[in-house]
Amino acid sequence: MIEAKGLTKHYGPKRAVEQLSFTVRPGYVTGFLGPNGSGKSTTMRMIMGLDAPTAGDVTVKGRHFQESRWPLREVGALLEAKAIHPGRSARNHLKMLAETNHISLARVDELLDVVGLTSVAGKRAGKYSLGMGQRLGIAAALLGDPEVLLFDEPVNGLDPDGIRWVRNLLKGLAREGRTVFVSSHLMSEMSLTADEVVIIGKGKLISQISIEELLSQSTENFVRVRSPEAAKLKVALEQEGAVVALEDDGSLSVRGANEVAIGELAAKIPVVLHELAPQTASLEEAFMELTEDSIEFHGSTSSGPTNATGATS
Amino acid sequence: MTVTTTSDPTSMALPSGRYSFLDLVKSEWTKVRTVRSTMWTIGVTIVLGIGISALVCAVTRAHWDSTNVESRLSFDAPATSLVGMFLAQFSVGVLGVLVMTAEYSTGTIRATFSAAPKRSRVFSAKVFVYGLLAFVVAEVTSFVSFFLGQFLLSAPATHATLASPGAFRAVFGGGLYVCVLGLIAMGLGTIIRHTAGAISAFVGILLILPIIVQALPNQLSLDIRRFLPDRIGASIITTNGGLNSAFSPWVGLMVLCIYAVALLVIGNSLLQRRDA
Repeated sequence: MIEAKGLTKHYGPKRAVEQLSFTVRPGYVTGFLGPNGSGKSTTMRMIMGLDAPTAGDVTVKGRHFQESRWPLREVGALLEAKAIHPGRSARNHLKMLAETNHISLARVDELLDVVGLTSVAGKRAGKYSLGMGQRLGIAAALLGDPEVLLFDEPVNGLDPDGIRWVRNLLKGLAREGRTVFVSSHLMSEMSLTADEVVIIGKGKLISQISIEELLSQSTENFVRVRSPEAAKLKVALEQEGAVVALEDDGSLSVRGANEVAIGELAAKIPVVLHELAPQTASLEEAFMELTEDSIEFHGSTSSGPTNATGATS
Repeated sequence: MTVTTTSDPTSMALPSGRYSFLDLVKSEWTKVRTVRSTMWTIGVTIVLGIGISALVCAVTRAHWDSTNVESRLSFDAPATSLVGMFLAQFSVGVLGVLVMTAEYSTGTIRATFSAAPKRSRVFSAKVFVYGLLAFVVAEVTSFVSFFLGQFLLSAPATHATLASPGAFRAVFGGGLYVCVLGLIAMGLGTIIRHTAGAISAFVGILLILPIIVQALPNQLSLDIRRFLPDRIGASIITTNGGLNSAFSPWVGLMVLCIYAVALLVIGNSLLQRRDA
């Protein structure tokens, strides 16, 4: 269980995190989503007591992490890949961490095996790829078999096989009753892994919501209707209070009425329908929609969800 | 999934007690001995420290016959055999800086503080491990330099034994001097956090500061000189009468210790306050 209350961090004039409150429950994978620079890593560092909050508070299992008796056995964290001395081997990196919490060397070797680094365990970490660094970081997080786990962008640099491995690992850990908090800027990744997401933008909480709810809430949910008498149907639907847009291909995008209502209305008029298809926004679109106003670094080609679906009215 | 050893974390009992100073000392020892920079700096300290001393002693012996009487009478045999310590102080200092700054440059400081969030305790363990290592390395270098140097000087040149007046103090004190300087370097590394910056500051204190002080008006220059680390070191190693404008050997070493403690205390308080 992780609880943040009014968590705030300012670096000089820059407001990295602002009045952030959320709860991460045990037994679930909770995604931590936000565009680059939205304050995810800063928040994770505050949970770990590495950065001191300007205001507010965050606790792990009801206490500040600094007071932990066996920190590695209570909370495991992957904060950044390759935060390893380039001259030290993977095994020695894990060994020096294990020793701080009186964890056996056997456990170190066990984890090297779990993350698949046994064959390169003696090599200097400077020669590792980003993916190998991630695997080592994950091993370090699991070292103390902790109840609470934090992962900051764990799939960065991993190949598809590695990504699937991490996905299953996170789900498995949550299934064992652990608290799993994982950050990402990729909604699509989270949709496959997380049960719930904490979404932030510009350091502020946008929403804490389950993946299912997030999908159903999106305004990008609409019904696509094709009819040889589109104009007639459009008028009728608008009289019923729906918002209808005529697309370039002649189809109608209807918001504010579901497929059942539209079908019944069409039968009543009557008009012939060629297509009646409810469209669910992808999670990516739902996410873009939520964070649209809070993206720190815009690219030059803007492709908001509206443009992407061509549903301009 | 066989990721963990326990499948039900809610029933997972934590061992009693908490992570101890000894656990942290073990971890710091693993850290220091598993990077090449440690081997390099220690290797340079021992090989060059002893080598330079031996070379100077051998050359002195070879030119002894052509040395005038005055020089022969004032010849300081122990100090000559410890001349390599002035080189050793830099390599031991570099290691002291790296012990701290490498954690920041590589980012391992965050892994360290995630595993052991009581920063003072981690820092004490670090100071303890590095201090002990620096002490052993400096003393080994100092004693071996002395014995090898005296062997190379031999008759007819003036040479000394540990029982000679001031000799033991010069040899043991010379090692202590280098060790305390190393702790000063570690303090600088903790405060500055950047390798190049901290090494520059350390070298500046030993080499540049004396030049600046020398440029000051005469009396003022002499008053300040005694407080400079290099002068304190010279006083400890010299056995043929006291130096002008210098503290006596043990007083000087005490002053040096005060510098080290002050820097480490400042470093520790910054470590608590700053974001890692």
